[in-house]
Amino acid sequence: MSEYNFAYLDEQTKRMIRRAILKGLAIPGYQVPFASREMPMPYGWGTGGVQVSAACLMPEDVLKVIDQGADDTNNAVSIRKFFEKTANVETTAATSEATLIQTRHRIPEEDLTEDQILVYQVPIPEPLRFLEPRETETRKMHALEEYGLMYVKLYEDISQHGQIATSYSYPLKIEGRYVMDPSPIPKFDNPKMEMSAIQLFGAGREQRIYAVPPYTKAVSLDFEDYPFEAMKADGCCALCGADHTYLDEVIIDDDGGRMFVCSDTDYCESRRAAGHVGAQATPQNQEAAAS
Amino acid sequence: MYVAVKGGERAIDAAHEWLSEERRGDRRLPAMSLNQIIEQLSLTVARVMAEGSLYDQELAALAIKQSRGDLIEAIFLMRAYRTTLPRFGYSNPIDTGKMSCIRRISATFKDAPGGQILGPTFDYTHRLLDFKLAAEGDDQLSDDEYDTLKVHHEVHEQSKEIPHITEFLNKDGLIQAEVESDTTPDDLTREPLELPASRALRLQALTRGDEGFVLGLAYSTQRGYARNHAFVGELRIGYCDVEMDIPELGFSIDIGEIQVTECETVNQFKGSKKEPPQFTRGYGLVFGQSERKAISMALVDRAMRWKELGEDFVGAPAQDEEFVLYHCDNIQATGFLEHIKLPHYVDFQSELELIRKIRKEALAHQEAAKSEDNQPLEAAE
Amino acid sequence: MTPLLQVNNIEKNYGARLGCKDVSFDLYPGEVMGIVGESGSGKSTLLNCLAGHLEPDTGEVLFNTRIEGMRDTLKMSEPERRMLARTDWAFVHQNARDGLRMGISAGGNMGERLMAVGDRHYGQIRTQATEWLEKVEISEERIDDRPSAFSGGMQQRLQIARNLITGPRLVFMDEPTGGLDVSVQARLLDLIRSLVRELGLSAIIVTHDLAVVRLLADRLMVMKSGHVVESGLTDQVLDDPQDAYTQLLVSSVLQV
Repeated sequence: MSEYNFAYLDEQTKRMIRRAILKGLAIPGYQVPFASREMPMPYGWGTGGVQVSAACLMPEDVLKVIDQGADDTNNAVSIRKFFEKTANVETTAATSEATLIQTRHRIPEEDLTEDQILVYQVPIPEPLRFLEPRETETRKMHALEEYGLMYVKLYEDISQHGQIATSYSYPLKIEGRYVMDPSPIPKFDNPKMEMSAIQLFGAGREQRIYAVPPYTKAVSLDFEDYPFEAMKADGCCALCGADHTYLDEVIIDDDGGRMFVCSDTDYCESRRAAGHVGAQATPQNQEAAAS
Repeated sequence: MYVAVKGGERAIDAAHEWLSEERRGDRRLPAMSLNQIIEQLSLTVARVMAEGSLYDQELAALAIKQSRGDLIEAIFLMRAYRTTLPRFGYSNPIDTGKMSCIRRISATFKDAPGGQILGPTFDYTHRLLDFKLAAEGDDQLSDDEYDTLKVHHEVHEQSKEIPHITEFLNKDGLIQAEVESDTTPDDLTREPLELPASRALRLQALTRGDEGFVLGLAYSTQRGYARNHAFVGELRIGYCDVEMDIPELGFSIDIGEIQVTECETVNQFKGSKKEPPQFTRGYGLVFGQSERKAISMALVDRAMRWKELGEDFVGAPAQDEEFVLYHCDNIQATGFLEHIKLPHYVDFQSELELIRKIRKEALAHQEAAKSEDNQPLEAAE
Repeated sequence: MTPLLQVNNIEKNYGARLGCKDVSFDLYPGEVMGIVGESGSGKSTLLNCLAGHLEPDTGEVLFNTRIEGMRDTLKMSEPERRMLARTDWAFVHQNARDGLRMGISAGGNMGERLMAVGDRHYGQIRTQATEWLEKVEISEERIDDRPSAFSGGMQQRLQIARNLITGPRLVFMDEPTGGLDVSVQARLLDLIRSLVRELGLSAIIVTHDLAVVRLLADRLMVMKSGHVVESGLTDQVLDDPQDAYTQLLVSSVLQV
């Protein structure tokens, strides 16, 4: 791929994106417009995240890409291959070894460190979008800090369902100022957003970049008498036995039998390697023989 | 025994292989050449260049071939390629007044200097399938035969400079004059779209916009959703020189020639608190031969000018700059639409948990209410 | 006493057509000003200019703000004006649909204004909303219903509750009883009157209905063709009209 620049984008474009990232870091939670480029993958497939990653990647970086928590989902594979080809960087599935992690819909279970960057793929960056379709109006609402409507939505949820009926893309207030969409991560992950790593968000189609710097206050919206509650399936991982991780539900037979497994595949594997065994797991060596 | 799904990489490779086989089709038949596509599917090539925002027939033909004729896919290939190209600079504005026209018509004047040139149009054809084309007969010429005919070249060279029709109205002050400006227009592909957008930006978005979407919007204005009473003042198709200033030389040079379709509509206008009664205009300019798109573009352009002309916003989609500009790009639209095919099981799982929780509480509530209702009855029993 | 609102020389034209011209008046705290005239007289244009929905061509609209005293609201920045509109000002539209979110429950409609100024306790918001439903004579069982399920009169009462829940200092009302049945109008009028008296509201009410101003307004301005033709205390103007047009207006009502 010598016909393309390192990490695909030309240096000028990367500089433009880096400027947007720096602005985003300076104003946590604020959506910075940027001139998103057409990427060789469709909008909606993570073009925003890919552009942010491309602007951050250095030749010595170690890249991890996850989709739905897993390294081996099709789109994660495809994006990882893209950077292997265009940037020739080392890739890994191990969270702790990665210096840059691009993710779709999850935050890794393992705590991230100050030496890491987490890049989110964002479909709709505007937390107010489904309350107010107009961009001109929502930008004004952010500028004037008019978040009454956001709370009306939460109010309506409680009055109808007895609780806040948002389970993913759960909005947060960043550093007491901007209300931000965390991308469609489950609300289970929201409390992890106050972390040591840099968090960058890229929305390609919507041409927005935003950021949460390390150790920034990120508070999930709620009412004093209906506090935010992280939520996950009630159960343990059938493979590693974890009861503190976000679980995927898997249908295992035609009778609708099901089991729960960790959505973060790397975390699950390292637990099993460390000897944790869930109810339906066989020891690691046997499974390897079977597959 | 459950084993986590693996092998995404192998599945992708196999899918790509299959796709490439399907693209080629039955290999007993000859493969299409790019030249065949350029020459015989020229309007398709034009559309891919227009919406791909890149004037290059060969690349467009390649994109069409590679995409199995899925035009939005082909446009996407063009866009993705275009974005990697370095920018040497910007050309001077093309002068469509100097266009060598292959077609030029006006619906507002029966006769005008330059005359009506029908050109290669479907307009008055009878839409009957021509079964002669289905016969495999070969009308291919040898190079010598071609040279003697030179049909294409002669037409091209015969045409001369033809003035714009709207200029005649302009002389009498009957049509609103466009404000001349030398400010460099914003570049939609280099700057994020921010609203309100300048007219230059709106026109850029429309000319790249999906033909079907722009057509639908234009049609909606004709049916009364912000009706703007458009006539085709002039529609012209032809070739324009592209010139570029070369700082090292100190003058501009021709860097090539492109085919474009230009449409200027003349619209009735009763006047508003800002403007006296006079005709107003809508403008469309598209790469290649694409009059449907150019006319549609002009109608939608005119609809979006309501604020500048002091007209009322009647809430019609075509008037709504934000609605039009955010939704006319088919590459953005198709990407976001199709991305719902990607796995969403994490979000779905959290929805599942939430619904289970709410249902459990609602059912418990119902149960409680029922047993309350039943209390006297049970007591009676 | 400092006026709450001081209006100077408001003029608004629509192209060659006059909207309203040379309008000046003061409004004092606790006072209700009625603006009457037939349709096309410029009264709605004037109200929209005062409330910041329309930009007048000339003039000033000075409001006695809590912190900075008299400020020309026309010269305020948009954030300031929006802040004013959701705290100290309220606007009751003729059509309740314009003033309510039809897809959101009655409670949510009332709660929005509270939450916009920072209320974050669901229970307390709920309690206040329930109290206000009672004040505007809507059964508290309807709190989770959407306004689209309400009658016209109920919608209008809900709009009033949504506006008054944050205790605004100035209320603009545009034909608040227009478009309602006569019996419904009477009930609504009665409600507005008791709220105005009880809360000591300052208000500007635009109407074509003299019965409305007779009941609610302390003072009156009569408008015709964009100009104020007569103004004064309500009883004075209605009982002893000086201007020929006012006389006509009053007599036509009396004949009914």
